[in-house]
Amino acid sequence: MITPASTPAANIRFRDPQIEMAHGAGGKASRRLVEGLFAPLLFGAAPGPLGDAAQVQIQGTTVAITTDSFVVKPLSFPGGSIGELAVNGTVNDLAVSGARAQALVVTFVLEAGLPTPVLEAEVRAMAKAAQDAGVRIAAGDTKVVEHGKADQMYISTTGIGHLLHGVSIDPRSVRVGDKILLSGPIGDHGVTILLARGELDLEADLRSDTRSVLPLVETLIRAAGPGVRWMRDPTRGGAATSLNELARDCGLGMVLFEDQIPVRDTVRGACELLGLDPLHIANEGQFLAVVSPEYADAAINALSLAPGGGEAQVIGEVRTQPAGTVLVTTLYGGSRIVDMLVGDPLPRIC
Amino acid sequence: MCLAIPGKIVEISSGNADSALVEVAGVRRKIDLGLLQDDKPVPGDWVLIHVGFAMSKISEQDALEQMNTLKILGEAEGAIQEVKGYGLEDVN
Amino acid sequence: MRFVDEFREPELISRTAEEIRRLAGTELHYRMMEVCGGHTHAIYRFGLKDILPSNIELIHGPGCPVCVLPMGRIDDGLAIAQQPDVIFAAFGDMMRVPGTQGSPLEHKARGMDVRIVYSPSDALKLARLNPEKHVMFFAIGFETTAPSTALTMMRARAEGIRNFSVFCNHVTIIPAIRAILDSPDMRLDAFIGPGHVSTVIGCRPYEWIAQNERKPIVVSGFEPLDLLQSIVMLLRQLNAGEARVENQYKRVVPWEGNHAALRAMAEVFQLRPYFEWRGLGFISQSALRVNDKYAEWDAEQRFEVPGIRVTDPKAAQCGEVLKGVLKPHQCKLFGRECTPEHPIGALMVSTEGSCAAYHSYEHRKAAMEPSLTSIA
Repeated sequence: MITPASTPAANIRFRDPQIEMAHGAGGKASRRLVEGLFAPLLFGAAPGPLGDAAQVQIQGTTVAITTDSFVVKPLSFPGGSIGELAVNGTVNDLAVSGARAQALVVTFVLEAGLPTPVLEAEVRAMAKAAQDAGVRIAAGDTKVVEHGKADQMYISTTGIGHLLHGVSIDPRSVRVGDKILLSGPIGDHGVTILLARGELDLEADLRSDTRSVLPLVETLIRAAGPGVRWMRDPTRGGAATSLNELARDCGLGMVLFEDQIPVRDTVRGACELLGLDPLHIANEGQFLAVVSPEYADAAINALSLAPGGGEAQVIGEVRTQPAGTVLVTTLYGGSRIVDMLVGDPLPRIC
Repeated sequence: MCLAIPGKIVEISSGNADSALVEVAGVRRKIDLGLLQDDKPVPGDWVLIHVGFAMSKISEQDALEQMNTLKILGEAEGAIQEVKGYGLEDVN
Repeated sequence: MRFVDEFREPELISRTAEEIRRLAGTELHYRMMEVCGGHTHAIYRFGLKDILPSNIELIHGPGCPVCVLPMGRIDDGLAIAQQPDVIFAAFGDMMRVPGTQGSPLEHKARGMDVRIVYSPSDALKLARLNPEKHVMFFAIGFETTAPSTALTMMRARAEGIRNFSVFCNHVTIIPAIRAILDSPDMRLDAFIGPGHVSTVIGCRPYEWIAQNERKPIVVSGFEPLDLLQSIVMLLRQLNAGEARVENQYKRVVPWEGNHAALRAMAEVFQLRPYFEWRGLGFISQSALRVNDKYAEWDAEQRFEVPGIRVTDPKAAQCGEVLKGVLKPHQCKLFGRECTPEHPIGALMVSTEGSCAAYHSYEHRKAAMEPSLTSIA
C-alpha cells in the first residue's frame, strides 16, 4: 500500500483514458495513478513522500495503519497461498514502516461457484499465518459477486499497529555514504507464481518466499535502530521499483553491486530463459533497508545471525550520482541504469 | 530475435522423439528438437534454445578452446613486451 | 550457469578490455556496427561501453525485428484479430508496440482475446485447446525465429489443424546490412555479426561484406567475453588492413549453418518481392511470406487484410537512428514526447531498440561526471 505522510493538493494529473493492467503492476503506471488521481483528491494538503503505512493520531497515541489487497492466480502455489500473502503482506508493510502489527481486519470478495474447500483452505492459511506473525484477525467482511467477476477470490486486509521504538523511517534522512541492505534472495515469489500458472513449459524447485519480516526488522532495529533511515518491502515492481522510488524521494543515487545481489540460481536461470530482470520481480518475504555507515556492520551481522536472515547482504550504497536513479555496477567496471518497471514484466524473445 | 540460452538435455520424451526435457540452472523446460533432425542430440548434450526450439548443439570443445584463447590473451602480449625489453632485436 | 558464467568472468573481462585498449591505441577512430538487437541489449545490460576506450564507437544496427516493423502491419494484424472468435497470439516483445489504435495489450484491455506465447508451438497448442476459435500467430523475427514458425506450420498441416494461421512478418538480415552499406551517410569500419541468425544461415552469407565492401565482420556471441573478444578480432583485422569473415561464436555457430532449419524455411516460406522496413523504406527480397502450399495457414490469405500503410510522424527520426546516423538522444522527440511509457516509434518500445536501451540504461549516466562512471 502507498500512503502519504502528506501530499500536495494539486489538480488531477492522471491523463490515461482507461485503466490498464499496468496500473496495478507496481511500477511507473501505478505511481502515475496514485500520485495523479488518488493523492490530489484523497490525501490532502501538505507535501511529502509516499510511504508504506500512514500514521494517525488517536487520542494522543500514534498508530500506524495500512491496507493491501491480494489478487493472485493461481490461489495456491509452492510455498504459500493467497491467504498467507494477505496476512504477511500487511504485517510486512507495517514492519517496514517501523510498526508492529497488532490486529488485522479482512475483506473477502468471493466469486459465486467458489468451492467451499478452497475457501476453507485459505481461511486456515490465514489463521496460521496470523498466529505465526503474532497478529490478531479482529473482524471481517464478505461480499459475493457473480461467477466470472472475481478470479475465485480477492482478499483485502487492513492492519493497525503501534510504532516500534528506536527507529524513525524517512527517505529524506538518507545521506550519501549510507549502505543499502537486502534481507535475502530476490525473485523467488514472482517466478514461482509465473511457473505455477502453467502457461510456460517450465518447471523448477522454487517456492514463494512469503513470510512475516517483522522478526528480522525488529532484529535490525535492536542492532542498528538509530542508523536505519528507510525500509521497504519490494513487492510488485521488485527491488528496482522500490529503490527508484527512494532515489526520487531523496534525490540521491542508489548504486548497487551486481555480484552482491543475492539471487538463487533457479531464479537466475528462469529469468535468463524468459528475458526478465530479477530486480523487477515481486518478493513477499524480503525487505530493503538503508542504514548509516556507522551502523551498517552491526546491522548486517545481526541480520545474518538471526533465523531467516542468513542470506542478508549489503548490496550497495548511496551516492550523489546518478541523482534520482538506480545504477547497477559490475566487477569489471561496467554499469547500467535500472529503471522503475514500466508495466507488467513481459518475457521477451529478442 | 536473439535471446537464446544454453541448456542440457535431460531426457528425450518417450512418445515423441522431437520433444525433450532440458535443464537450465535447475529450471526444466520442454523443448522441440525438430530443427536438429540432422544431428540428433542425446541426454547429456548441451543445446542452444530459442523460443522453445533447439537451434544448435553447443560444442564443449570449442567453448574450452575459446576460454584458453582468452586466458593467454594478455600473457602472450606480456611475453612479447618482455622480450622486446631485452633489446635482442637490435643485435645484428 | 554453464556456458554463461564462464563468459562473464570479471578478471578475464578486464584483461580482454586491456588488450582492446592496447590494440585500439589513441590515433585512430574505429566505427563498428553491431547488427543484431540482441547484441545492442547485451552491450547495455553488461555496461560494456564503460570499459571500451573512447575511440571505439559502437553503432547500433537495424537488427531489431520489432523496431523495423511498420505500424501498418500491427494495425493489419490487430484488424484480423478483431473478427469474432479469433485469438491474437504473439511474443511478449510485441505486446506494447503501438498501432494507430493502440498496442495489443491496450486492445486486450478493450476486450480482444490477446495471449502472450513463448514459442510458436504455444500458439499451435492454443489452437488445439480451442477448436471453436481461430488462433492467429503474429510472427516476427529474423532467420533465427523463422524456422521455428515454419516447423510449427508443418506440424499444423501434418495434424490437420485448421484453426491456426500465421501473420508472417519474418525478415532477413542480409538485405538490411546491404541497405546500411548502400546508405550514403554511412561510414563504418567493421561489423559485429549476428550470433543467433548465423546458427541458421551460417557464415557464408557475409562473405560479400568482406570481399566486396572490404569490411571485416566477426560473428559474435552474446556474453561480455564474446563481444569483447569479437572486438579484439576486428581490431586485429583492421590494424592489419584485412577484411575477412571470422566466427567468434564457434561453440554454437556452424560455418555451414543449420540445414534442417533452412529446409523448414524453404518448405513453408518464399521471399516477398519487397517489404517495407520502418525507417529504411522498401527493400526488395528482404522478407518472407507463406507460400501457396501452406496458404491455408497464411493469415493474409485466410482473412481480409486492410493493407494499412502508416507513415511515421515527420518529427520522429527512427530511420536515421536505425541506420546509425543519429544517436537516440539526437532525435528531437527522444525523452520528451517519446519515452518507454509513451513510445512513438518502435525503437522505444522494444527492449532491444536503441532508443529504449539508451533511455533505460544510458542517458542519465551521460549526465553524470565522467569519473564516476568508472566504478571498478
